[in-house]
Amino acid sequence: MAKELKLMKGNEAIAEAAIRCGADGYFGYPITPQSEVLEHLMAERPYLTTGMVVLQAESELASINMVYAGAAAGKRVMTSSSSPGFSLMQEGLSYIAGAELPALCVNVVRGGPGLGTIQPSQSDYFQTTKGGGHGDYRLITLAPASVQEMYDFVELGFDLAFKYRNPVAILSDGVIGQVMEKIMIDDYKPRWTDEYIEKNCPWAATGHRSTGKHRIVTSLELEALKQEAINNRIQAKYRECEKNDTRYEAIQCDDAEYLFVAYGSAARICMKAVELARAEGIKVGLVRPITLWPFPTQAIKEIGGRMKKIMSVEMNAGQMIEDVKLAVEGKVPVEHYGRYGGVIPTPVEIFEALKKMVK
Amino acid sequence: MTREDIIKPENLVYKRTPVLTDATMHYCPGCGHGVVHRIIAEVIEEMGIQDNVIGISPVGCSVLAYNYFDIDFVEAAHGRAPACASAIKRLRPDTFVFSYQGDGDLASIGCGEVMHACNRGENITMIFINNGIYGMTGGQMAPTTLEGMETVTSPYGRDPKIMGHTMRITEALAQLPGTYYVTRQAVYTPALARKCKKAIRMAFENQKLNKGVSFVEVTSNCNSGWKMTPVQANKWMEENTLKYFPLGDMKVDGKFDPKFIERVATFDQPNETIFSLRKK
Amino acid sequence: MAFKGALVIDTEKCKGCGVCITGCPNQCIGLSKKVNAKGYNYLEMTAEDKCIGCASCAVICPDGVIEVYRAKE
Repeated sequence: MAKELKLMKGNEAIAEAAIRCGADGYFGYPITPQSEVLEHLMAERPYLTTGMVVLQAESELASINMVYAGAAAGKRVMTSSSSPGFSLMQEGLSYIAGAELPALCVNVVRGGPGLGTIQPSQSDYFQTTKGGGHGDYRLITLAPASVQEMYDFVELGFDLAFKYRNPVAILSDGVIGQVMEKIMIDDYKPRWTDEYIEKNCPWAATGHRSTGKHRIVTSLELEALKQEAINNRIQAKYRECEKNDTRYEAIQCDDAEYLFVAYGSAARICMKAVELARAEGIKVGLVRPITLWPFPTQAIKEIGGRMKKIMSVEMNAGQMIEDVKLAVEGKVPVEHYGRYGGVIPTPVEIFEALKKMVK
Repeated sequence: MTREDIIKPENLVYKRTPVLTDATMHYCPGCGHGVVHRIIAEVIEEMGIQDNVIGISPVGCSVLAYNYFDIDFVEAAHGRAPACASAIKRLRPDTFVFSYQGDGDLASIGCGEVMHACNRGENITMIFINNGIYGMTGGQMAPTTLEGMETVTSPYGRDPKIMGHTMRITEALAQLPGTYYVTRQAVYTPALARKCKKAIRMAFENQKLNKGVSFVEVTSNCNSGWKMTPVQANKWMEENTLKYFPLGDMKVDGKFDPKFIERVATFDQPNETIFSLRKK
Repeated sequence: MAFKGALVIDTEKCKGCGVCITGCPNQCIGLSKKVNAKGYNYLEMTAEDKCIGCASCAVICPDGVIEVYRAKE
């Protein structure tokens, strides 16, 4: 059996992908609109089949620290939450980045600030891409725009996390988390064996001093010069990641005079707005960043540089627009169109906003 | 018989365990942390589990504990060691896992994590060093600071009306069904240190049974924070701390110790010894 | 049967806390008038003939600086 067609919610796809890609553990806490991740895992009981550990923790604080420790022990572990819960995880994410551990965290974003709303939003862009926790670190951030991508980005996220020994975020939102779509799912892959982990993760505190030397996982270094050296090493990884793993999708950009830049569910809505605009003769394209960090700066510089005007369409009050402006270095005017607080823009209103910009 | 006649390999009765590294511990002279580190290392050596154990160190004075043990170690965020230990034990059930925390880490910022790890009955060993003060940050009040005791954040003595009561967290944890072995020990005399080692040995052996948390509190000193010499601090601890935090088992093999049940019944009564600490 | 003991003290690692002195049943150890490189008055044997090699000092030493030997007299 190879691929299989299934109808699934975005959140369920995250859970199913975790089981099927051979994840070792999930630690999470219920919060709307992402609770189906934990619910699906508990219903599937992978601990009886693949041996994957699933635990409902007492809080998001505990969840992220369980992920920290699981990763420290060389295991492929993950958590998921929504905005307020993700805020609680920021300290832990900083520790994971500081200790150079691989881990996967899914944020199914809801409108804020504060307790906000349970409706979809993209208002955690700054928090996720600019480092919500303390210290100089980055989260490699994947922005799925479909249920299929929710599924695919789990394994991709683990791969990137282990490639760079850095936390990876899947920055989704309540639309992609809750919508049901047909997706192709993979066959079950086995979890990593102890032998594989000992060989490939020599940094992991597995309890077995296979190298004859004890392994210490920590983010503490009291000597400033040594801490600077650690930072230099981490920054060098980030430059490598920018070079090798920046992802985006360019849609109908070749003949375009105007450009939408949008990610996740806003990008899905923009695809329809592109159709509406082109039907009326406005040549508009769409760049969809797939990695929000590293941001496709070069692509937007090249593609956006050819445009008359650019519109950053976001379900927030204007966050990604700052990166778009930095990419085109002031050479092309960039405007923002956004709805927020849980409101989802329609293709028609984006099209209307485009018409206003074009005038 | 000369000294040289005695110092021969066949006469060796006590030697520093190789499970401790050669690093000199950064602890203040006379600090109980060093004794407990040594005891844990000796237990690991005696059980032959040096290549199958993971320790979790906290934030606090013992943040650098990982430098002193020749075993794999993970340094946790402040208060989260029980969450870390829970995850590692579940992901690596055949490995011995222990957390090591002080009273600020465990009883204050990490109160939630320790409660829930104990309530879930995680199959781990927890070591809790209670010296009633924040040592590393310079002697601030902890949840376990005695009523009336002076610290830099309770300079006129801890007033429970303003600052809350002295927290018997170990007694609270003993009442959770997920704990299998709960005891309070001390290490300031040779007899107590030997007894404490037996307790810590049992707390590690219990992991083989898969019956829940084994929790060892070690009531300890902080001569720097208490502004005393090491010997004075131990005497002060014996005369004051141990009145409120008496030594002994609370739960063994999942069953309450009868003396513990008697003692819990007196918890609603004021503790005269503690009140006497208060300044006029 | 009487025993006779001897200690090997890592004087450079000793912090001179004196806790071991309170644990010694035979009052045969004390702090030196001299200091080590760290400035601590380190532990020394003050009455070698009284040591019985019981290791009471070693089991409460926070820094593990005492090695204990015991022979039948």
